[in-house]
Amino acid sequence: MSAPLAAPAAGPAAGKPLRDGLCTVGLLLAGSFLLRWASGSLNGYQIQLLNLIAINAILALSLNFIYGFSGMFSLGHAGFMAVGAYVSALCILTPAQKATIWFLEPIVAPLATLQTSFFASVMLGGLVAALFSLLIAAPVLRLGGDYLGIATLGFAEIIRVLLTNLVPVTNGAIGLRGIPSHANLFWNYAWLVITLYVILSILKSNFGNVLKSIRDDDIAAKTMGINTTSYRTMAFCVGGFFAGVGGALMGSLITTIEPKMFNFQLTFNILLIVVAGGLGSVTGSVVGSAVITLLLEGLRIVEYPFNIDLDLGLFRVGPVHVPGVPGMRMVIFALVLMFIIIFRRQGLIGTRELSWRALFALPSKIRGLVGRKDPGAGAGG
Amino acid sequence: MSFELFVQNVFNSMTVGSLYALIAIGYTMVYGILRFINFAHGDVFMVGAYLIFFAEMLVPWPVAALIAIAGASLLGILVDQTAYRPLREAPRISALISAIGVSFLLENLAVVVFTGLPRPAVQPAWMVRPIAVGGLRVLPLTFLVPLVTAALVMGLLYVVYRTRPGLAMRAISRDIETTRMMGVSINRIIALTFGLGSALAAAAGIMWAMRYPQIHPYMGVFPGFKAFIAAVVGGIGSIRGAVLGGLLLGTVEVMAIAFNPTLSGYRDAFAFVLLIVILIFMPTGLLGEKNKDKI
Amino acid sequence: MLELIDLHVRYGGIHAVQGISLRVRPGEIVTLIGANGAGKSSTVRAVAGLVRGGLGGRILHTPPGGETVSLAGLPPEKIVARGLALCPEGRRILPHLTVAENLELGAYSRSDRKAVAGDKELVYALFPLLKERHWQPGGTLSGGEQQMLAVGRALMSRPDLLMLDEPSLGLAPILVREIFQIIRRINQEEGRTILLIEQNAHAALSIAHQAYILEVGNIVLSGPGRELLHDPKVKEAYLGG
Repeated sequence: MSAPLAAPAAGPAAGKPLRDGLCTVGLLLAGSFLLRWASGSLNGYQIQLLNLIAINAILALSLNFIYGFSGMFSLGHAGFMAVGAYVSALCILTPAQKATIWFLEPIVAPLATLQTSFFASVMLGGLVAALFSLLIAAPVLRLGGDYLGIATLGFAEIIRVLLTNLVPVTNGAIGLRGIPSHANLFWNYAWLVITLYVILSILKSNFGNVLKSIRDDDIAAKTMGINTTSYRTMAFCVGGFFAGVGGALMGSLITTIEPKMFNFQLTFNILLIVVAGGLGSVTGSVVGSAVITLLLEGLRIVEYPFNIDLDLGLFRVGPVHVPGVPGMRMVIFALVLMFIIIFRRQGLIGTRELSWRALFALPSKIRGLVGRKDPGAGAGG
Repeated sequence: MSFELFVQNVFNSMTVGSLYALIAIGYTMVYGILRFINFAHGDVFMVGAYLIFFAEMLVPWPVAALIAIAGASLLGILVDQTAYRPLREAPRISALISAIGVSFLLENLAVVVFTGLPRPAVQPAWMVRPIAVGGLRVLPLTFLVPLVTAALVMGLLYVVYRTRPGLAMRAISRDIETTRMMGVSINRIIALTFGLGSALAAAAGIMWAMRYPQIHPYMGVFPGFKAFIAAVVGGIGSIRGAVLGGLLLGTVEVMAIAFNPTLSGYRDAFAFVLLIVILIFMPTGLLGEKNKDKI
Repeated sequence: MLELIDLHVRYGGIHAVQGISLRVRPGEIVTLIGANGAGKSSTVRAVAGLVRGGLGGRILHTPPGGETVSLAGLPPEKIVARGLALCPEGRRILPHLTVAENLELGAYSRSDRKAVAGDKELVYALFPLLKERHWQPGGTLSGGEQQMLAVGRALMSRPDLLMLDEPSLGLAPILVREIFQIIRRINQEEGRTILLIEQNAHAALSIAHQAYILEVGNIVLSGPGRELLHDPKVKEAYLGG
């Protein structure tokens, strides 16, 4: 699996910026036409899948940024998603809706009339999530690997408990329904492009190099005078921001949110995507999101009854009624995760990245492979 | 609060705390040896509860308890040998992720096999018939749990401090290579560690099922997290620390709500707040050893 | 009893041992001396089974009255069971276990419990200081005492071949003398075969029956200890002229 993926370029891209830039623009244009076509031609279910893929990719990228690239094992992603989702929902629910939804206790006064555009709401969701990241980072980031995971998980749970109990702000355990559904293909993929742009820019910059050096050898970085804490805090907040964005988009996509849904299983799903795609590969997170989202949906069939009735000419399979097995989906999922981590730790893509340079190098690589074939071997038969 | 109510709450603290302590021991032993958080440990607790639920329908209760403990113990060893052992040389995070996978696997397997419907465990009548003590009415179970826990912990401490395998366990937690040089089969001792920890978790599961008789696939999630937090609070790697942490956490949970019932919605958050506090001010825990990174 | 034939040890890109051959006869003290990084520790660690992969050549062990077996590739547990005990470089005692527990750990591979208790007394006889401190955690012992503990621990497995990796490391000269006297005693009184790895050439050559000098992974000189002690080349390079 060598082309068109290549090892990440070390140092500034010594390629052709103009060519790369044009290709990127071309890709974006092609992409937007594709989405335009999709929104017109595909059915609701397929469009939903495309939306989910985009949102999961954003979430995977944010977690990969924190963990794969910066080396911080954070298990609190669901918490940031929750923050983003709730903030955004509070911004786009109409005052009339709010009056109806908050029936146990009226919503806290300033929020009752709050209304912003969708873009602003997602932005705010991300920013507030980033703020929470900042607050959490202070006590937690100095902990090592396993402890960091547990501590972030703890904070995610604290957030969940807060959301459940602060009824005037969040409507408590009942959750919010009827969130305006603005998260269509355009917005989701637009945010995905923004996420990719920001994250790739950071990674290519000096900041990104410092992060990777901290990830690889924390102590060595410190002895070089790098303030590892501030770098990691910033990375943590960037990751938190995009987790909030993802949460906000998800809230608007599925239009109902409640504290219960932002549980560890949600974080687990994102973690699975990151690991399956490849820790430390941006391409991996995007590809992983597509593969896992489709797999997650595809596996739903095992949870509902279905019939097998195949006529294979020689013999017939069925008719057999296979009863749906609820929970089987996650069993298979857990097995997939374990299989990947035990046998193919690097995931689908490893740490390699898709780049224009690698893509353009592809033809000559193929030529090289073909040319290397021994011309005398053909005769053997 | 009346005196009777206070005493009642003290007993409750001891009960809940003991159960947390039993589960915490499993986490702390595995971490002490492998520097690894066994995310799936809470689910072994759950399996123990299910095992007793089914076994007690077939055989008398004491036998059922033994079956449940043995079964869970074997499960713990099996999990280690299949999901963790292949990753002993891998980056620690890989094993952690595998543990998360096992945890989800067990939970959802339980959903598939047992369905998500809570099962009512059979509480032997004598355990839940309130007896009068002074001015109070207390369940015998409330005394039983701390007593059984104490017995189990003593038993474990005996194994760890007075037997050869226990010596090996303590040696491995400091210096694996040297211990190998002594002829210790590391894998066997690790398996023993998992077996012991899982047995204790199953005992906790059994007693939990007696006390809160609704058994369901996700019942191990919160007790598991909280028990791990208890282990960290007490000083991860220390068995005594796990017991102390468990009792402390149980007390905090029960007492805080007893004094201020409006906080009951926040019950689950106490553990996590306690965790954050300890990690900030005393990361090695109450009884843990200071770990100095020499640069 | 032990024969190394063209042993190579590679790890982490370093070719630490580049084809050495030596022989340890029963009842002898054989020493391998050389400067830091010469490959001495790598050699004995390879024999003890602590080197994974990167091994070349043969490691042959012939127990008294037994068949010759190749040790290469065996895990440390099996090698101890075959009667080869290593007292590692840096002593590596378990600081949180008591002196007595450290000794018991040394006997872990044995099943004859009564004999183990007897051997512990023998070790205490050899090292009276350890008996005094038998209840103390190993970490509270001084360097010299820890070295004694490490040697005693290695003896607890009743090895046919005792391997000592730099026992003089970090010890004051008077302690070095004491330790080496004890090593000589162990060899003469109990007839134990000893493979001694050392930087302290003088002390090692004084008690060794056979010596090999290792430089950057190769044996450059070998012969009876006494001879090498008076060899002018050796004197200049390793004995301070």
